[in-house]
Amino acid sequence: MKIVAICGAGVGTSGILKVNAERALRRLDIEADVTAADIASVSVVAADAQVILTSPEFVDSLGKTNADIIVVENYFDVDELTAKLEQALG
Amino acid sequence: MLSLPDSAIALQQHAADWREAVLLAGAALTDAGVTTDEYGPRMVAMVEEFGAYIVIAPGLALAHARPGPDVLESGMSVVTLDEPVVFGHPYNDPVSVVLGLAVITADEHVSGIAELANVFNDPTAIDRVARAATQGEVQALFQRPSETGGVE
Repeated sequence: MKIVAICGAGVGTSGILKVNAERALRRLDIEADVTAADIASVSVVAADAQVILTSPEFVDSLGKTNADIIVVENYFDVDELTAKLEQALG
Repeated sequence: MLSLPDSAIALQQHAADWREAVLLAGAALTDAGVTTDEYGPRMVAMVEEFGAYIVIAPGLALAHARPGPDVLESGMSVVTLDEPVVFGHPYNDPVSVVLGLAVITADEHVSGIAELANVFNDPTAIDRVARAATQGEVQALFQRPSETGGVE
C-alpha cells in the first residue's frame, strides 16, 4: 500500500503529516509506505498511490487521481488521522 | 532536534497581519544565523502561491520554504504573537504561534520533524508555547524527551 503526503514544498508540513500518518497506521496495524512530496510532483509520485493526504488548499490542485483523498485539518491530531485512514482503508 | 538557540525565540511579538507574522519568524531565523534575510520573504511567497496550508493545527503556522542558498544551516525559530492573526485557513485560524523552519536538503530534516511532531502531538503544547513568558520555558517544552517512542 502506498500513501502520499502532499504539501507546497515537500519539506516541513508534509513531513509532519508523514510522521503522524505512520503513527496512525501502526495503531491500525496497517502496513503502508508513506512518502512526503510537493504538489508539483504529485502526478508522478502519487500515480500508484491508494491514498493522498493533504490540506484543504491543495485538493483542487491534485488533478485527476484514482487515489482516495483525505483532507487533514489538524496535522498533529493522530486520532483524526487514524479515524480518516480507517474510514478510507477499512 | 533542529537547532533552536534562544536568539531564534521571539515572544509576544506584534504582527499587523500574517505576512508580518511570517517575516518575524524569518527575522528570528536570521538572528540565529540559520538563514540570510532573503529567506523570510520566500516563506511569505509560499503562502502567496499555495494559500494558508502552513496553518497545520489550531493556532499554529509552520512557515517554511524550499532549501536554497539563503539557508546557512538547518534550524527553526519560534515566534509568539501578542494578538493572534488570521491567515485565511478554513479550520485553524487565528494563529498565535509561528514556527519558522529552514532545511539544507529536503531529506535530512526528517528526525527533527519527528521530534517536532512529538512535541505538538500533545494537544496542550501550542497553548503552552503561546503563553510562554521566557525563552527558557519554550526550550523546556521543545526539549521534552519523546514519550511516544515514535521517532524513526
